[in-house]
Amino acid sequence: MTTGNLIQPGAEAAQFYGTSSAGAPANLGDILERVLDKGLVIAGDIQVNLLDIELLTIKLRLIVASLETAREVGINWWENDPWLSADAGRRADERELRAENRKLRGRISELESGGRNGSRR
Amino acid sequence: MTGACGLWAYAITEHGGGDALTEHGGGDLSRLTGVAGGTVRTVAADGFTVLVSDVDLAEFGEAALRRNLENLTWLEEVARAHHHVIDAASGLFPLLPTRLATVYSSHSAMVAALARRGEELRAALRRVGGRVEWGVKAYAAPQPDTRESEQPVPAQSDASGAGLAYLKRRRAQLTAREGSQQAARAGARAVHEELSGRAAQARLHPPQSAQLSGNQMPMLLNTAYLLDASASDGFASAVAAAATAHPELRLELTGPWPPYSFAGED
Repeated sequence: MTTGNLIQPGAEAAQFYGTSSAGAPANLGDILERVLDKGLVIAGDIQVNLLDIELLTIKLRLIVASLETAREVGINWWENDPWLSADAGRRADERELRAENRKLRGRISELESGGRNGSRR
Repeated sequence: MTGACGLWAYAITEHGGGDALTEHGGGDLSRLTGVAGGTVRTVAADGFTVLVSDVDLAEFGEAALRRNLENLTWLEEVARAHHHVIDAASGLFPLLPTRLATVYSSHSAMVAALARRGEELRAALRRVGGRVEWGVKAYAAPQPDTRESEQPVPAQSDASGAGLAYLKRRRAQLTAREGSQQAARAGARAVHEELSGRAAQARLHPPQSAQLSGNQMPMLLNTAYLLDASASDGFASAVAAAATAHPELRLELTGPWPPYSFAGED
């Protein structure tokens, strides 16, 4: 159903209250992004370690083609989401290392100059 | 069921929430078919009531899950069954939907998992329980057709004139396209801002690929908004008004959904 430029696909959206399950089956993509990406995570003793690996690949497969579009709009939060980007963890580590490096360099020069200052005192 | 059984969890509600099942159409719920055809039932665990069904660990154990989740046909069937149960139950009592493939080897394993999270879960139930989620997607509206073939080259042009005219037209097309894309992105941000103001919470999902959305228009925004059920009408009107106010966009409204996007702590 299209009213002007509002798209209301299927009965689920067209009938607004409560009875969504009685309507047309919801779009698979909409369901998957909710039941896989969202929802409460309480580690079951069986799915432990599974989410990191398998769901990641599925999620990437689902969204990979739309990443460019999203980046254009400036919505790129998942690039730093370890769930979605295997690189994100690595990049975070690098950032941390760089920051630590900077801090250490600063500390060294501070100590060096501090040492000189100290000897003058 | 031949092999060892596990418990597949659909949703969690506060203890006593399950009583609502019997009060408000528990009969409907017990007729609900869950994942792999299992019968849905409620189980008490550490002050909570969990909607579960039995699953065969030969299909839903860790190794099997790993294999099956990669099979999109299997995944679709399971995802739809999982959603179906949560969707039906969310109309009966406030709940937190659990992520797909939350499986326990035993009741005691489930109790142990919930016990560690009691406070957090109760807080999430207070925040989310009883509210509904609406999904809004914004697409860039198709641009008027500016294909070159529809703009006849003046007949008297000599070869270089035609070439120059082509380049000018091409540049104008590209500039127009760039402009309309920027307008659409700005529109999408404005719509999100407006709708967020009406919602208790908002979450951004990554825009879907055309293959997934079944829509050729580029998706700019894919969001979920958490609302009191009573605010649904007003929200739908606001989306309709935004669609009118932003001809550069096509807006798609889905819902009401169980509050999937807001159940996790995020």
